[in-house]
Amino acid sequence: MIHQYKSNGYNIVLDVNSGAVHVVDGLCYDVIACLDGQGASHTPETLKEDGTLAHLKECLGDRYIESELTEALEDVIELTAAGRLFTADCYECLLEEVKKRKTVVKALCLHIAHDCNLACKYCFAEEGEYHGRRALMSFEVGKKALDFLIANSGSRRNLEVDFFGGEPLLNWQVVKDLVAYGREQEKLYDKHFRFTVTTNGVLLDDEIEAFVNREMDNVVLSLDGRREVNDRMRPFRSGAGSYDLIVPKFQKLADSRNQERYYVRGTFTRENLDFSEDILHFADLGFKQMSIEPVVGEETDPYAIRESDLPAIMAEYDKLAKIMIEREKSGKGFHFFHFMIDLEGGPCVAKRLSGCGSGTEYLAVTPWGDLYPCHQFVGQEEFLMGNVDDGIVNPQIADEFRSCNVYTKEKCRNCFAKFYCSGGCMANAYNFHGTIHDAYDIGCEMQRKRVECAIMIKAALA
Amino acid sequence: MKHVKTLNTQTLNNTVKKGGCGECQTSCQSACKTSCTVGNQTCEQKK
Repeated sequence: MIHQYKSNGYNIVLDVNSGAVHVVDGLCYDVIACLDGQGASHTPETLKEDGTLAHLKECLGDRYIESELTEALEDVIELTAAGRLFTADCYECLLEEVKKRKTVVKALCLHIAHDCNLACKYCFAEEGEYHGRRALMSFEVGKKALDFLIANSGSRRNLEVDFFGGEPLLNWQVVKDLVAYGREQEKLYDKHFRFTVTTNGVLLDDEIEAFVNREMDNVVLSLDGRREVNDRMRPFRSGAGSYDLIVPKFQKLADSRNQERYYVRGTFTRENLDFSEDILHFADLGFKQMSIEPVVGEETDPYAIRESDLPAIMAEYDKLAKIMIEREKSGKGFHFFHFMIDLEGGPCVAKRLSGCGSGTEYLAVTPWGDLYPCHQFVGQEEFLMGNVDDGIVNPQIADEFRSCNVYTKEKCRNCFAKFYCSGGCMANAYNFHGTIHDAYDIGCEMQRKRVECAIMIKAALA
Repeated sequence: MKHVKTLNTQTLNNTVKKGGCGECQTSCQSACKTSCTVGNQTCEQKK
């Protein structure tokens, strides 16, 4: 499968199955498009046949002379012979092997507090309550969760635990106690816990900062961008804005971590479709690691992203990509999570085929110890998988998640971005289509655009 | 090649045999929590 597009003056050709990315001139771009349009499975041998050049002459003869077409075709043949163009999809058969592998649990999202000190308008956790009641996780439940993780992790050494909420700092002592417990246990079982925390920063202080820097592999700092944007969607329950209180704390924390191993993370809605301004605002505040993601909401929510918003969003991603190139070249670069792409050392095919891991290797734990496929499914009883006392009691839920991949979804099978999003967010698919075996179409459009921008940035900085 | 500049030397095919150790980070733990981005994750073996 070939995907080719023009962006910011670059002619880009992505050979989807090999992951090879080529920047080509206009002639070669047209030749590849012409060959791809034939719909045939090209090999070096078929490309060398007389009929191939004849076809190119027929399609492009009015724009290019024969010697030009011959020269470009030679490059195409060389790439194809090297397995970097017109590569066949040989991964579907690998899928059976990947599925047969014993799945271990390697990551937990601990809902350490189903309570929050902010009242964000778009919160999928319903201000921390997740369709349920306010609650804090006890140390006993958290301890059992870590025991469950160790017991179900097989030979996997690196285990991830995210302290999530609601707002986890509302239950900070339990977080500290669980980290201490985890550090004891990892020595006994030859494991290594990678703790992370996601916080709104309201309760962040020097003591917490020191602990986070000592113990947390990553910290996600929730902030939406410009003051007016943040305060519109992320107010206190009183209605007052949170920006002024939080921003200095986040700046201090980011600096204390040498601007590494954190993300300042925001959400954009249809009320700030000019979200590149919020990302640049982060950069101007001194942050180097950032993410701003489209809101997850019901179609009826006034702030939800609609299909009609897509042109503006696409233009915004394009604009952001160009600015990021300029800033990088001027020594003021920063990382935007959704434009990060590692063309050389990215994930292996097995990882790309298995997706986000929700419901199989990644589970969420409620304050009272129930297990769900991920944090977004918490509170939806049909997805209750078990609990920390009895383990997985509904293995059919895990089986369903395991069976879901880019080859079982028709929308993904023919999508060029399938090896970058790995089928997308299953919670989003469920929310919009009532099944995890589908894809959230608006999200897919945005994902494809982000992949294109990320690759274009690589081309510009190569 | 006169008409092509290739940006990467590795291909996905090369990861078929050696990949799959499962030691890499779970994507949603890194930052997203509401979307899914696997392609930007780092391979633990290449760190």
